[in-house]
Amino acid sequence: MKTKNIDDIIALSEELRWKIGDDFHDNLAESIYADASKIVEDAVTKDDKKSKFRLDAKIDKIVTSKIWGFPIMLFILGVVLWLTIIGANYPSSMLATLLLDNVHPFLKGLGADIGFPWWLNGFLFDGVYLSVAWVIAVMLPPMAIFFPLFTLLEDFGYLPRVAFNMDNLFKKSGAHGKQALTMSMGFGCNAAGVVATRIIDSPRERLIAIITNNFSLCNGRWPTQILLATIFIGAVVPETYSSLASLSAVIGIAVLGIFFMFFFSWALSKTVLKGEVSTFNLELPPYRPPVFWKTIYTSLIDRTAIVLWRAIVFAAPAGAVIWLISNIFIGDESIATWTINSLDGFGFLLGLNGVILLAYIVAIPANEIVIPTILMLTVMVTGVAGGVGDGVMFELDSVTATADILHAGGWTLLTAVNVMLFSLLHNPCSTTIYTIYKETNSIKWTVVASILPVIAGFIITFLVAQIWRIFV
Amino acid sequence: MENKTKSACETCGHFNADGLKKLGIKTDDFDFVVALAGNPNTGKSTVFNALTGLRQHTGNWPGKTVTRAEGGFEYNDQKYKLVDLPGTYSLLSTSEDEEVARDFILFGKPTVTVIVVDASRLERNLNLVLQILEITNNAVLCLNLIDEAERNHIEIDTRVLAKDLGIPVVPTSARFQRGIPELIQTISELATGKIKCKPRRIKNIPKNIEDSVKELSESIEKEYPNVSNSRWIAFRLLEGDTQIIDALRTGKIATNEN
Repeated sequence: MKTKNIDDIIALSEELRWKIGDDFHDNLAESIYADASKIVEDAVTKDDKKSKFRLDAKIDKIVTSKIWGFPIMLFILGVVLWLTIIGANYPSSMLATLLLDNVHPFLKGLGADIGFPWWLNGFLFDGVYLSVAWVIAVMLPPMAIFFPLFTLLEDFGYLPRVAFNMDNLFKKSGAHGKQALTMSMGFGCNAAGVVATRIIDSPRERLIAIITNNFSLCNGRWPTQILLATIFIGAVVPETYSSLASLSAVIGIAVLGIFFMFFFSWALSKTVLKGEVSTFNLELPPYRPPVFWKTIYTSLIDRTAIVLWRAIVFAAPAGAVIWLISNIFIGDESIATWTINSLDGFGFLLGLNGVILLAYIVAIPANEIVIPTILMLTVMVTGVAGGVGDGVMFELDSVTATADILHAGGWTLLTAVNVMLFSLLHNPCSTTIYTIYKETNSIKWTVVASILPVIAGFIITFLVAQIWRIFV
Repeated sequence: MENKTKSACETCGHFNADGLKKLGIKTDDFDFVVALAGNPNTGKSTVFNALTGLRQHTGNWPGKTVTRAEGGFEYNDQKYKLVDLPGTYSLLSTSEDEEVARDFILFGKPTVTVIVVDASRLERNLNLVLQILEITNNAVLCLNLIDEAERNHIEIDTRVLAKDLGIPVVPTSARFQRGIPELIQTISELATGKIKCKPRRIKNIPKNIEDSVKELSESIEKEYPNVSNSRWIAFRLLEGDTQIIDALRTGKIATNEN
């Protein structure tokens, strides 16, 4: 009975829809706007001559201009990175001295005093503790600088201008202009970037934004880029220019990531995700001077602390795994050595090595721990002195010491360049993969989003290695 | 005489300010649900933080909040659950963030909806306001960023505005905590029924459409007598909104009694 009445209502609505024609939506929208303007006429008085909007418009004319838009964007990115690189150095080495040189031996001594067996002592303090300590020493300082700076830009209102500048490029690549915003969020964290794609209404364009978000270098990968660029790229040029060279290399990788993002957006929209580009309105909000200290405080508490906590949560079990595979022997070889040897051949083809590939497998939960894992495994395989020993993740006090270990592991400029490339082009971390699954609800697209960048990474590093070996 | 003075004071937000307790995320049991809706970039998250004492991150770009954030506050011994909705320009399209907002206002049964608008961009913001007022009866207009409007020499006659819209209007500057006590007071008066709204419905609709809407909404009211936003449902049915058709079939639409 009731269903019948409801069916009647729906039938009536269909009949009426037919009668009033297809301009219903437009008519309704027009009525709303007419109402709005009538209300404003009654209640609002403006003095246009004194308006502050004109200053905003003047700033916008410069930062979104065809000539200056992109240079200003690169310049701002450069300044943020520069401050992060320079500023992170000192607290990083201070934390390393405290957590690794002082607290670590203390804990090991304490363990021995209590009477822990060697394996428990090693597992807890050389595995779990050290990996956590390393992540804090390396990740906390750059995050504590990068996130607040990024948040200040965000609060000021710069991000929509970035989207505005890049809109045309997105349109040409068949993607949604708002992807510029999700891409920017990806520079902080890819999982956050993937969630942010909810602002894109068309499912097709949203999928493109999700799949290509990983090409934004995330916070877990910036330190890797910065470290390798400092050690290897900075060393190629005279010392006066070395920090400029490293900075340019890091920006170069980030820009390359943006290039790949456009390339794959374009490729997807021309093949499996064909469709029209949807139009949208992008509001350029007024510039608002951020409430400085409040912004710093909230971004430290909310962003930095949360991301750091996540890194710690993943670093602890990863440290345990590394210790275990380095200390469990099958025959004469530890599991780690055996795996590294079997991956070495494939690694060589890519201009990498077995250690690096194993490190990337171990570090699937968090990109933050790639470099410590590589260092630890290198020490174990080459047996260089200076490390704490098998299965121990450690921080080295100076960049030079890190460089020594990597050189001893057979690293060349090619290895460094390819690790930087592979760091940009490999699978998303497990959190991001899970987020992609939750957002798309599709195993197929989750697999595509996870595999696509790895394949790109294999191809690019392979090509670079082959060409490099021919010419260098 | 003495009583009269007291009651005049009682209607003032500052008088009751000590009755406010920010509850953060503790929202287990509550007496009222308050939804926070509005265009992107009007400072909804800042208003949310000012009311709950939470520090949800705020950002100056459209689309910052894409999920619902929840928090709470207690005022004069009554507990309010506050839901920060994604910013939207309209409720007429179908992107996921807009759906989150629309579904909550329509099905989440908020006791009060706080519509946050940017005082300097009132005309543009009214598009959403008028749509929300079609859906819900109990709403307050939070005229936020009033400090920016003042700096831009924009004057708003809040009394005329309140009269035109048929809901209370509270000017605020949430960033600097201005107007927040008054806002809380108004929310509580709406929740407890001390203030009754008579929200404006969209006028200026062409006659043939108006007639169709009327016919349709009357038949909806016949089926669901306690639905107060039959006009909005009629709009959506004429648009062919499948979600609303489903909600009508399952009776989900009728549980909204605001």
